[in-house]
Formats: sequence, C-alpha cells, structure tokens
Amino acid sequence: MNSTNQLLDNLNALAAALFLLTAFGMVAMRQARGVLNLFIAQSLLLSASALFLGLRFHSDHLYGVALVDIIIKPVIIPWLLRRTAPAEIYTRREVNQALNIPTALLAALALAILAYFLAQPILGAVAPQFRNPNVPIGIAGLLLGAFTITVRREAVPLLVGLLAMENGAFLAGIAIARDLPLIVELAVASDGLIVVFIMGVLTRAVYRQIGSTAVGELASLKEAPETAGEERTA
Amino acid sequence: MADRIAFNMIQVLVVMAFAPLASGVLSRLKELVQSKRGPSIFQPYRDLWKLFHKDEIVSEDSSWIFLFTPYMIFITPIFVTLLIPVLTNYPLFFAFMGDMIGGGFVLALGGFFATLAAIDTANPYGPMGASRTRMVGFLAEPVFMIVFFTVSFVAGSTIPYIVQEKWVTPVANFFMPSHVLLMLAFLMLILAEGGRIPVDNPTGHFELAMIDESKSLEYSGRGFALVKWGGFMKMFVLMSIFLNVLVTPWGLAAEVSAGDILLSIPQVLLKIFIFLLLLVVIESSLSKLRLFRISEFLGAAFIICVAAMIAQVFTY
Repeated sequence: MNSTNQLLDNLNALAAALFLLTAFGMVAMRQARGVLNLFIAQSLLLSASALFLGLRFHSDHLYGVALVDIIIKPVIIPWLLRRTAPAEIYTRREVNQALNIPTALLAALALAILAYFLAQPILGAVAPQFRNPNVPIGIAGLLLGAFTITVRREAVPLLVGLLAMENGAFLAGIAIARDLPLIVELAVASDGLIVVFIMGVLTRAVYRQIGSTAVGELASLKEAPETAGEERTA
Repeated sequence: MADRIAFNMIQVLVVMAFAPLASGVLSRLKELVQSKRGPSIFQPYRDLWKLFHKDEIVSEDSSWIFLFTPYMIFITPIFVTLLIPVLTNYPLFFAFMGDMIGGGFVLALGGFFATLAAIDTANPYGPMGASRTRMVGFLAEPVFMIVFFTVSFVAGSTIPYIVQEKWVTPVANFFMPSHVLLMLAFLMLILAEGGRIPVDNPTGHFELAMIDESKSLEYSGRGFALVKWGGFMKMFVLMSIFLNVLVTPWGLAAEVSAGDILLSIPQVLLKIFIFLLLLVVIESSLSKLRLFRISEFLGAAFIICVAAMIAQVFTY
C-alpha cells in the first residue's frame, strides 16, 4: 500500500514536472500550431495529475475534474479555435518576439524559481499530506502563462497563454483543495469555452479587417500617418 | 582484490572490442531505414585494420601536439571506462579514483587536445571545425554541470555506482520527475557530444558543413586509426553511462564471479542495441539544425535539466 502511494506520488510529480516543461515550451515555441499542441499536452498532463491525486486520496471529485478536463481542454477548445480562427494563422512562424528566445527562457526560469518562494506560505498553511509539487508548479504555470502573454505577438499564442494561466491555477487548486466542488471546475471550464469562442471570433474579425493577427504591430488606432499625409497632398 | 582489477581490465577490453561494432551496427541500421543495403556491420574493424597498415604522413610544420593527440583521444575513453559501471553493479578496483565529474573532465581533455591538433596544422578546415566544436562544447558544459549537480542532489553522491542504485530502489523511484527529465537532458547531450544528427551529421562529407569530422581531416594511417577508434569508444562510453547509470541499471553482474561478468556482456550489448534503435529513429526523423539553432537545442536541454533540479526541490 505504502509503495503504491509512493509510486502515485512520483507519477503525480512527474506529470507536474512535465507540465512545467510544456509551460516553458509555450514561451519558446515559434509556431502557433506548436503552441496549441503544447497546450493540448499540458491539459492532458493536468488531467493525469488529477487522476493520480484522485487515486492517491480516493476522491471522486478529482476523477470528475480529470474527466471534465480531458473532454474540454484537449478536445473541444482546440477544435473551437481551429473552427473560428483562420487556418493560415496556425502555419505562421513568429520571428519577432518581444525578447529573443534564450533571454525569454532565462526570465522564465527566474519566474519558476520565484514561484517556489511564493508557494512557501501556502504550503506552510496546509496539512502535510497536501504538500506536493503541484502547488509551486501550478503557480509557476500561472506566472509563465502571464509571461507568455507578455512576450508573444501573435493572437493565438496569446490566447493559449491565457488558457495556460488557468491550467496552472487548476494544477495548484486540485492539490490544495482535494474536494474541490466539481461545480467550480464545470463553471470555469464552460467559462473558458466562452472566452475561447469570443476570442476566436474576434481574431477572425481582426484577420478579415487587417489581414494579419500580429498583435505586436497593431500599435495605433488609425492607419499609419504617412499614408494619411500622402492622401492630403494628393 | 586481484579479481576486481582483472574485471576492470575486462571492462576495458569489452569497450575496446565492441565500440567499433556499435558504430557499424548503427550505420547499417541507418542505411536499412533509408532502403539501402549499407556496409557490413564489421566495416569499422576493416577500416581500422586497413588504417593501421598504412603509412602515416605528418606535416613538417606541425608540432608535437599533432603526434601526441591520437594517443590522447584513444586513451581518455579508456580511463573513463575504469571509473564507470560497464558490466558490474558493484564498484570495481578503480571506481573511487574519480566520479562523474572527473570522468567528464577526462573526456573533455581528449576534446581539448583534438582542438589543439586541428589548429596545429593550419589546414583551413581544421580550425573551423575546432571552433564549432568548442561552440557546441561550451553550450553543452552548463548542461553537464547541472546534470551532475542534480544527480548528486538526488543521490547524495556523484560516484556512478551509488547513483545507479538510487534510481531503482524502490522501483517507484524510477518515475521520479528529476530522473525522467535528467534522462531526457542527457540524451540530448549525447546527441550533441557524439555529433549525432540534430547537431551534426556524422556521415556528411562536405567540409564546410562539418563540425566534428573536420578536426581529423589531416590525420592518416595509424594516427587516424587511433582517432577513429577513440571516437567509437567515446560514444560507447557515453552510451554506457546513459544506460547503466541513468536509465536501465539492470542486467549487470551482481556477484564477483567470472561467470556473472561473462553473462552480463550480452545483456549490456542488447541494451546498447535497443538504444541504437532509438538513435536510428531520432537520426532518421530529424534534420540537421542550422549552426545558430544549436544554441536553442542545447538551451532546451539546459531548461529541461534545470526543471529536473527545480522539480527535485519542489518535491518535499
């Protein structure tokens, strides 16, 4: 029994560590499709972690969380995104990120280490059996998702960064609150679906109007001043 | 005592004897994947035999370094073989002479002399390959360091014999996040250090695109044979460290008896064969990276092994 628990603990920690790796990958991956695939992998790891924790603590709620996660995040959300946003976006490579990739990765590492210190007070407040790597890694996932939003300049990776933040919050949540009411997970998941739908439609509209979703270049409200000037002289 | 020294020597002989075979099997498998027939798996032995019987030509303008280097390249993997578990899972006579860091330094010494020798003859391609190898090397160095730190952090030691036991007792430890991530990072290191495909193309014959190969362009005859054999052995040693210390510490001799040692040889070779299959899959499905993308490849390896260390800190 004890060795099974140890195995489950290790498997859960492994899922969490790979989760952290996918969060790093989202910061560095150039292709929009690659970012989306990483998000799918991350969501699968999140449900794996929920499943291992459920087995470990015999909690039906966590099975439910795993089930809801595995249906909505790796399947429905990517499907929605592919339906709403134009396919051309996914084949695009992003070359001018706000920071170059090695610098962004180093900053991401610093954030992950910061997450460890942020998790300390939370871990100090909960019972010893809840002290597992999900909490710091979940917080790191949250921070790295936010960091992804700051460095990326394409619409789809930005949206995926937002979803990754939610994934991170949940990874930490399932570890601390074992009997997390299923209704919360359902509510958040359906919320996420609506967010994805709205953002996808918005991206599509922006793409139609401007022909690009490079958010980094959409810096001014009006068209570039030199064309306006030309019109005036003409 | 005497039998432990003898077993240590047997390890060295096994590495010397089977390293060319591993290389031959790898190139044959790659050719088979590409629907070609490929050379015999014993071709590396024939190459070595042929080279040992040829004349050696040394440039008049080269110094003693050029003559000394082949011996250095040949001897350093043998020294490392004395330190690591190739056939046994108990420490042999020389095991406590150095740990994994020491082994890394010894291997790096061979690489250092190879670089000097490449510059020594002033062949235009040699220094180019040497400086590229150094670039890959200095990007790989921090990854090596973090891997060793994490290993010593988890296992409390960097002696490979102690480390290998830690990962599998109990078996649940095999799934420790730090272990799995370290395996991944070390695999990427082997690809970089061994000059395998995402980093360097070992079968390429175009001098401008070479990284590792161009360092030995000036060698001929016996010197070239030693350089080649040393390269085979370095790869074999890296694979042994990866398989016997980090991934699958099973199938090694557990008792101090000659029978056990002999029995472990086919098992170790089987493990290496399985690893070669994995290597063939990697080499056939990826393309060579552009030179300036190598830093991203090794940067990813660095992130993975730092994540391994972080995960170890996070696990209470």
